[in-house]
Amino acid sequence: MNVLPLYAQLINLFAAILLLLSFAMLAQRRVLSLIDLFAAQGLALAASTAIVAFGTGQHHLYWSAGLTLVLKVFLLPWILYRLIRQLDVKWDFERLINVPTTMLIGIVLVVFSFNLAVPISQLASTVTRSTLGIAMACVMLSFLMMITRRKAIPQVIGFLSMENGLFFAATSATYGMPMVVELGIALDVLVGVLILGVFFFQIREQFDSLDLKHLEKLKEGE
Amino acid sequence: MTATALLSQAVQLALALALAPLLVGWVNQCRAWLSNRSAPPLLLPYRTIRKLFMKDAVVASNASPLFRLTPYVVFGAMCCAAAIVPSLATDLPFALAADTIALVGLFALARVFIALAAMDIGTAFGSLGARREMFVGFLAEPALLMVLFTASLISGSTSLPSIVDTLAHRELAIYPSLAFAGVAFTMVSLAENARIPVDNPATHLELTMIHEAMVLEYSARHLALIEWASALKLFNYSCIGLALFFPFGIAQGSENWAAIALAVPVLVGKLALGGFLLALIETVSAKMRIFRAPEFLGTAFLLAVLAMLVHLLLGS
Amino acid sequence: MQPDAISLVLAAVVAWLAIGALGIAGLRKLRFVSRVLFPAGAGVGIALAVVAFLAIGAPANAVVLPFGLPDLPFHLRIDALSAFFLVLLGAMSAAISLFSAGYFRSSEGTPPGLICFQYHVFLAAMALVLVADDAYAFMVAWEAMALASYFLVTTEHRIPEIRRAGFLYLLIAHVGAIGILLCFGVLQGGSGDYTFAGMRAAALSPAWASVGFFLALFGFGAKAGILPLHVWLPEAHPAAPSPVSALMSGVMLKTAIYGLLRVAFDLLQLQLWWWGVVALAFGLVTALFGVIFAAAQTDMKRLLAYSSIENIGIIVSGIGLAILFKAYDKPTLAAIALTAALYHALNHAFFKSLLFLATGAVLHATHERSLGKLGGLIHRMPWVAWLALVGTLAIAGLPPLNGFVSEWLLLQAFLFTPTLPQSFVNMLVPIAAAALVLAAALAAYVMVKFYGVIFLGRPREANLAYAKDAGKHERLALSLLAAGCVLLGIFPGVVIHALDPVNVLLVGSPVGEAAGNWLMLAPFGEDRSSYSPLIVLVVIVAVVLVTMQVVHRYYHGRVRRADPWDCGYPLQTPRMQDTAEGFGQPVRQVFEPFFRIERELPTPFDATPRYRVDASDPWWHWIYVPVARAAELAARFVGLIQQGRISVYLTYSFVTLLALLFLVR
Repeated sequence: MNVLPLYAQLINLFAAILLLLSFAMLAQRRVLSLIDLFAAQGLALAASTAIVAFGTGQHHLYWSAGLTLVLKVFLLPWILYRLIRQLDVKWDFERLINVPTTMLIGIVLVVFSFNLAVPISQLASTVTRSTLGIAMACVMLSFLMMITRRKAIPQVIGFLSMENGLFFAATSATYGMPMVVELGIALDVLVGVLILGVFFFQIREQFDSLDLKHLEKLKEGE
Repeated sequence: MTATALLSQAVQLALALALAPLLVGWVNQCRAWLSNRSAPPLLLPYRTIRKLFMKDAVVASNASPLFRLTPYVVFGAMCCAAAIVPSLATDLPFALAADTIALVGLFALARVFIALAAMDIGTAFGSLGARREMFVGFLAEPALLMVLFTASLISGSTSLPSIVDTLAHRELAIYPSLAFAGVAFTMVSLAENARIPVDNPATHLELTMIHEAMVLEYSARHLALIEWASALKLFNYSCIGLALFFPFGIAQGSENWAAIALAVPVLVGKLALGGFLLALIETVSAKMRIFRAPEFLGTAFLLAVLAMLVHLLLGS
Repeated sequence: MQPDAISLVLAAVVAWLAIGALGIAGLRKLRFVSRVLFPAGAGVGIALAVVAFLAIGAPANAVVLPFGLPDLPFHLRIDALSAFFLVLLGAMSAAISLFSAGYFRSSEGTPPGLICFQYHVFLAAMALVLVADDAYAFMVAWEAMALASYFLVTTEHRIPEIRRAGFLYLLIAHVGAIGILLCFGVLQGGSGDYTFAGMRAAALSPAWASVGFFLALFGFGAKAGILPLHVWLPEAHPAAPSPVSALMSGVMLKTAIYGLLRVAFDLLQLQLWWWGVVALAFGLVTALFGVIFAAAQTDMKRLLAYSSIENIGIIVSGIGLAILFKAYDKPTLAAIALTAALYHALNHAFFKSLLFLATGAVLHATHERSLGKLGGLIHRMPWVAWLALVGTLAIAGLPPLNGFVSEWLLLQAFLFTPTLPQSFVNMLVPIAAAALVLAAALAAYVMVKFYGVIFLGRPREANLAYAKDAGKHERLALSLLAAGCVLLGIFPGVVIHALDPVNVLLVGSPVGEAAGNWLMLAPFGEDRSSYSPLIVLVVIVAVVLVTMQVVHRYYHGRVRRADPWDCGYPLQTPRMQDTAEGFGQPVRQVFEPFFRIERELPTPFDATPRYRVDASDPWWHWIYVPVARAAELAARFVGLIQQGRISVYLTYSFVTLLALLFLVR
C-alpha cells in the first residue's frame, strides 16, 4: 500500500472528523451543544480547505477557508446564540424517531452514499477524491437531521450543516467552486439565516412556540 | 519458537500479573485527587489481595462446586488474555494460540462464568447483577470486535502482535479510521471494566451495582482472585488500547533485550497517563441509568462500524 | 469382495426399518423396546457413522434400485457431501437412540412399540434423503421423513395443543415440499430427466437458475426454519418428546441444509453473487430474530427451538458467503466460508442434541417445562447439570469449545471479503459481520439465562427437591455428546481436514494444507490469523491448577459454610430470584420493535394485582393471519359451488370432461 502524502492524510482525517461531527449532531439533544458542534464542523471544514489549498497550491482556496472560518465558526454561531437568547429557547427537545434507529438509518445512508461516490470519485482527478463519499454522507446525514427534528432552530442548523457538506464535496471533487460562486453562497447562507431568524420571531408570535408541528395547522380545509 | 521468545513471554505475563493491581491503585489515587479527597495508598490493592488470601473463605451453604471453581476459571482466562496482548514485545509464542477474536472469546468466557456463579446462590442481587452484566456484555462485545476488526483490516491480520508490528513499525501514517475506533474502544472499555458511566466500581448502593452485585457472595481467596482478575482485565484492556492506538515503544521481536528493557518504563509511563485519563473521564461523567447503556454502547458500536466503513472508503 | 459404501448405507437403512418392524411386533413391550431395540438402533447409527466417515474421502459411488414406478427406479449415490451429513446422522442417532433407551415410558399417548417404529422409519428416511440421486427418490424419502416426524411430534396426541402444533408442522412442511418439487421441475430444464445427473447436465439460463435457487431456498428454508417460515419450530419442538426434538433439531434441520447445498453448489452449475447477498441477509435476520426471541422465552424447549432458528441462520449466512465468494471466483475463501457453515452444522447437531436431551432428563425428573418453576437442579441432578454446562458453553460460542470454532472461521471469512471487486458488497459485509457478532453475543446471554434458571440458584418449587438424576443410558448418551462438543472444539484442524473433500466437491478448492495441523488452525497462514484451542484449554487448566495449588499451599484451604449474605437482606425466598421473564426483560426492552407485546398492568387499587405481559411472534400477525384470512375468504367463494345434490356434482364432472376433451382433442 503506497503511503499518501501527509497533507492528503490530514484531509482524510478531517473528512472523518466531519463525518463524526455529523453523527454527533444527529444524536445531540441540546440546542446549544448543537450550535457548538456546528461551529466545530465549520472549523474542521476550514482547516481541511486550508490544507487542500496548501497541498495543491490552489491559492483561492485560502480565501474560501478564511471565509468559512469567519462565517461558520464565528458569525453564524454567534447569530444563532443571539437568536436563542432573544427567543429564550434553551430547552431540550424531543425527536420523531429514537436515537438508535436514527443512527442505524444514518449508517445505511453512509453505506449508500459511499457507494454512490465510488464511480464519481474514479472520474475525478483530485488527490482528495476519496473523501467525496464522506462529503455526500455528510449531506445525507444533515438531511436526515432536518427530517427527524421538529423544532425550528435545529432544522436551520441541519440546513447549514448540509451546506457544509456540499462545500466539502465541492472542495474534494474539484478543488472548490469559483470564488464568485462561493461568495454568493456565503452571502446566501448569511441572508438566509437572518431571514429565518425573522421568521422565528414571527412563528413564535403566532403560535407561542417554535415547534414546527404547529405549521400543520396551516393546511387548508380544516 | 525460541527460548528467548518464551522468556519474553514469561516476563510479560509476570509483569502483567504484578502491575495490574498497581494500575488499579493508581486509578483510585487519581480519582481521589481529582475529586479533592485524600488518596488511598498506591499499594492498597496488593494489601487487600494479601489480606483476602489470609482469611477463611465463607461460602453460602447452597453454593455448588461451580461457584467455587469460577474464580479460578476467571483468573485463568484473564491470565490467558494477558499472555496474548503485547505489552513489551511483539514476539509472543503464545499469541499464535489465540488471535483477537479468540481474545474476545476469552473475555466472554470469563463473563459467562462469573454470571453463572452469580446466579448460583439464588439471591436477588446475584441474578440482578448477572442479568445486567450479560446485558452490558452483549452490547459491548460486538463493538469491541468491530474495533479489533478495523485494526485487522488495516494490518491484514487478526493476530495482535502482527497488528502492533504493522501499526508501530511502519512509515508513520494517520489513520482516521483508528481515530473513530479509538473513541469506540474507550467507550467499550469503560463499560467492560465496570467503570462510570456504565457501572461504578466504588458503589455499594445495591440497586446501581452490576459487577459488585455479582461478586457479593464471594469472600477471602475467591474474592481475592476475582479482584485480581478484574485488575488484570483493566490492565489487558489498557494494553490493547495502547497496542492499537499508541503502539510506539513496544519492542519488535524478542532478540533485542535492550529494547525490551526500554519498553518497561515506556509501558509504565503510558499506563500512568492512561490511568489518569480514565480517572479523569470517571470524574467528569455521571453514572447513567442502566437503560441508557444501550444508547451509550450503541454509539460505540456505531463508531466502530463507521471506522470500518471509513477505512474501506479511504483505504486508510 | 469389499462391499461398497452405498450398499453398507442401504444395509443400515434396512436394519433400521427392521428394528422398526420389530417394534410393531412388540407393541406394548416397553422393556423389549427400550432395552433391546433402541440400543440396537444406536449400534446401527455408529456403524453408519463409521462407514460414512470412510466414504467422505472416497470417490462417489452409485446404485440403481428397481423400486417404485415403472421406468422410475431409485437412483442412490453417496459422495462427500452425502457422506458428511450421514456421519452427522449416524453419530447423532447413536447418542439419541441410546438416550431414548432410557427415556420412553408408558404413557397415555402412542405405545412404545409404535414410537420405536416411527422413530426408526424417521432415521431411515433421513438416510435415504441424504443418498437420493434423483428427484423422485428424494421426494419420497423427504415426505416419509416429514410424515414420520409428524407422528413423532404428536406422540402425546391426546393434548389438543400438541395436535395443533403437529398440524402446523405438517402444513409448513408441505408448503416447503411444494417449493422443492417446483425447484426440481425448474432444474431439469425441460429435459424431462429427473435424475440429479441430468440436472447437473442441464444448462440453465441465469434467470431460470435464479428461480431454481430461490425455490430451493424457500422449500428447504421451510424445513430449516428460515424467517418467516420458522413458526413451526417453537411449536413442534416443545410438543415432541425430547429425543425427537433432539433428532429434529440436530439432524432433520441439517437435511434441509444438505438440500440447499446440494442444489446451490452441485445441481446448479452457476452461482450469481446476489444469491449470496440474499441468503446472507436472510441468514442474519433469522439469526438475530431467533436469538432475540430465545431471550424472551419462558419454556425451556421453546427457548432451545428459537436458538435452533438462530443457529440455522448462522449456517445459512455462511452458505450465502460461500456463494458470494464462489460467484466471484475465489474458491479458497468460498471453501473457508463453506467449512464454517458445515462445521457449524456439525457443532449445532452436537450441542443442541445435548441440550434437548438434558431438558428431557429435567422434564422426566420434574415434570416441568416452564423455566419459572425450575431452579437449583445442579444439586439434585449433577450429571445432567455438568454435562449440560458443556453444551451451554459450547452453544454460547466460548473458546475452547466447538461453537467458537465455527464462529471464528465464519468471522475470518467475513474479514477477508474486502478483496471482492464490488464496493457495495464490500461495505455491506462489515455490517453483516457486526450483526453476526451481535447474534453470537446474544446467544451467550440466552444460554446464561437457560442454564442459570434451570440448574443454578435455589429450587423455585418444593417438589424439585425430589428430582432424581438421569439413568445410566441417559448419562452415557449425554457424556458422548458432551465429549463430542469438547473434541470438535479442541481439534478443529483434524475436522477441517476431514471436511476438505466436501469443499473440493462443492466449490472446487480445499481449504488446503495451510489450514493448519491438529494443533493449530490457521486458514490464511499463521501471520494473518491463528487459533489453537488445545493450547488455550491447556493454559487455562494449568493456570487453574497452579493457582489452586499455590493458594492452598501458601495460605490455606479453609472453608466455612454460612447463609447467603446478599447485602444482609433477611427473608429471602427462592421466588426473589430472577425469573425467566425477568432475565429476558432487558432484551425485550432494547429490541421492543421486534416483539408484539401485550401488557396487562394492575392499577394501584387492585386487591389482587395481576401483571401479565405477553411477547409474541409478530410474524403470525404479519404473514400467517392475513394468509389464513385470505384462505378462508377463498374457501367461502369455493363453497358457493357446493350444492349438496349429487346431480349437480355429476354435472361438474361432466362439464370438466367435456372441456378437457375439447382442449386436448
